[in-house]
Amino acid sequence: MSFQFTEEQIKRYSRHIILPEVGGKGQKKLLDSKVLVIGAGGLGSPSLYYLAAAGVGTLGIVDFDVVDFSNLQRQILHSTDRVGMPKVESAKKTIQALNPDVNVIAHNEKIHKNNVMDIIKDYDIVLDGSDNFPTRFLINDACFFLGKPLVSAAILRFEGQLTTFDYRDKNNSPCYRCLFPEPPPPGLVPSCQEAGLLGVVGGIMGTLQANEALKLILDIGEPLVGKLLVFDALHTEFNVVKLRKDKGCPLCSENPKIKELVEYEQACDVRF
Amino acid sequence: MENIQIDKELDLKGEVCPFTFVKSKLILEQMNPGEILRVILDYEPSVENVPKSMKEEGQDILEVKQIDKGLWEVIVRKVR
Ligand SMILES: [Zn+2]
Repeated sequence: MSFQFTEEQIKRYSRHIILPEVGGKGQKKLLDSKVLVIGAGGLGSPSLYYLAAAGVGTLGIVDFDVVDFSNLQRQILHSTDRVGMPKVESAKKTIQALNPDVNVIAHNEKIHKNNVMDIIKDYDIVLDGSDNFPTRFLINDACFFLGKPLVSAAILRFEGQLTTFDYRDKNNSPCYRCLFPEPPPPGLVPSCQEAGLLGVVGGIMGTLQANEALKLILDIGEPLVGKLLVFDALHTEFNVVKLRKDKGCPLCSENPKIKELVEYEQACDVRF
Repeated sequence: MENIQIDKELDLKGEVCPFTFVKSKLILEQMNPGEILRVILDYEPSVENVPKSMKEEGQDILEVKQIDKGLWEVIVRKVR
């Protein structure tokens, strides 16, 4: 193995290089890796920021929204002077100011059935920080079909959830549809206007997503596969529950009902 | 210790901790097990720290010696 770092890179990544589990070899892996983050919002902001700081060489960002004042309570990639700017552009500016080693690919578009495979196919890992069920199901199914590891997080009010689906090894990883076979019917989930959130919960869960991604790239530790981590901000508690592969899962069972991408309707168009 | 065959030499004059170790480690990572690296240091705290960190990573320290006024050498065999 050989690698050539600049003086600046040796300084920038020295705390990584010192770690026996990372070293120059691991840092090169990070610089060579490609991670796609869905949503440059409450989850995507911290995950992208830390992945950029860590020197993940290619970061793709998918978001079609523009920065709004209502985002700034938690979406730390953006700032007051960027209100009105496309989020992917704002995110790119912040990331490039932090670390010029990172090549940012901005996907300023809405994810749908016909573009999701194309967007995802060139990346090594996908982080889902999207804010709606139709996108979550599309991302999940596409990652499943393409065999990409998916680090999924969700946040609401004072609670966060995190799990990793490793679709490189489909026989040993449950899938998102083992958990939620179909999107919940409208009315069962809180409408978007009711979706309050303590901003810092996104910071915590997004940072944990970045941690999962770094472990997967470096092939160290143990990814959170087959386990769901639930964070309770009010009591500062983390709980881990086991996730089982559902034998009747519509996607990952032996006789799946779903064999191609499905597009669901979004019940609420008010976005935060 | 006169008969040690040095495979690689690294001059770290002007470098301080932790970069003395970081740069030594980067070179060691790219060497083959069994090969020998000689590191030149002029920053005194590194004379203790670099061999200590190398040992923690499982490398074999063959020699730590002052070779001139304010100048030291560390000779290490790459194990892993
Ligand atoms: Zn499943």
